[in-house]
Amino acid sequence: MNGIHDMGGMHGWGPIVTDEDERYFHEPWQARVFGLFFGGFAGGHFNVDMLRHEIEKMSPQDYLSTSYYEHWLHAMEALFIADGTLTRAQIEQRMAELKGAH
Amino acid sequence: MTQDDHHRHHHDHGGEHDRHNAPPSDVALRVKAIESLLTEKGLIVPEALDAIIETYENKVGPRNGARVVARAWTDPAYRQRLLENSTAAIAELGYGGVQGEDMVVVENTPDVHNMVVCTLCSCYPWPTLGLPPNWYKSAPYRSRSVIDPRGVLKEFGIEIPETTEVRVWDSNAELRYFVLPMRPAGSEGLDEEQLAELVTRDSMIGTGLPKVPAGRAL
Repeated sequence: MNGIHDMGGMHGWGPIVTDEDERYFHEPWQARVFGLFFGGFAGGHFNVDMLRHEIEKMSPQDYLSTSYYEHWLHAMEALFIADGTLTRAQIEQRMAELKGAH
Repeated sequence: MTQDDHHRHHHDHGGEHDRHNAPPSDVALRVKAIESLLTEKGLIVPEALDAIIETYENKVGPRNGARVVARAWTDPAYRQRLLENSTAAIAELGYGGVQGEDMVVVENTPDVHNMVVCTLCSCYPWPTLGLPPNWYKSAPYRSRSVIDPRGVLKEFGIEIPETTEVRVWDSNAELRYFVLPMRPAGSEGLDEEQLAELVTRDSMIGTGLPKVPAGRAL
């Protein structure tokens, strides 16, 4: 499918920024998302193509305003919900509980 | 947390709320929530995630690819196998698996310079190069590599002669490309391990060249 992810040939994105911090994960949650991908993959919940397809279905606004591992998170959450493993309500509730615990 | 609550309250109206409070704290919380739910259901083991993260942060990386390149520079039969059946030849050195299932090695020559991009996202050969650098996943690199490769290469500090063709390979979910750079002049007599030291990550993406041996200025 075409969409905002199909960036080959677009103009206007400016210079390539290479002199940045080259660590793979800048925040602990990014590493957890990366690990969760393997968990979901190994558990047969989804494959790489399904993950990519979910990312490609993101609205252009969401795609451009969120970071790389947020794309992964968005896709995994959608896939875990789609296969009945999790519900949105469960996730929201657990977030509230974790917030309350702080 | 009083500071936080105050800040939160202060901005807690309409769109302001989203902009100020969504990333990163809510994202981190969301990830934590999902991980804890999946752990409770017995679908993941947090320690297994730790091990995977540790592996990709510290063990898999471009030193693997450098060994492949150094072997190809010193062993013509291996180079041949690498170009003909890249995945199998890379597996000979023990590298393979997720995101490296179908590899295609493209060789730089005086006539052709190759470079690799993934315009759609971030496809990259994990077993040989590790996880991609951030610029590889960024919009500027993804968008421009295919329409202005020489301009992109200039930004990386390399200028390819006009007489050398530049080929850009767009990686995808099926095929992952890997550049076999040219062995630098002055590297005669170096052994495989010393040669591997000359091979940079960017030289295997095609946005760089191998290092010139120390003390052998061109």
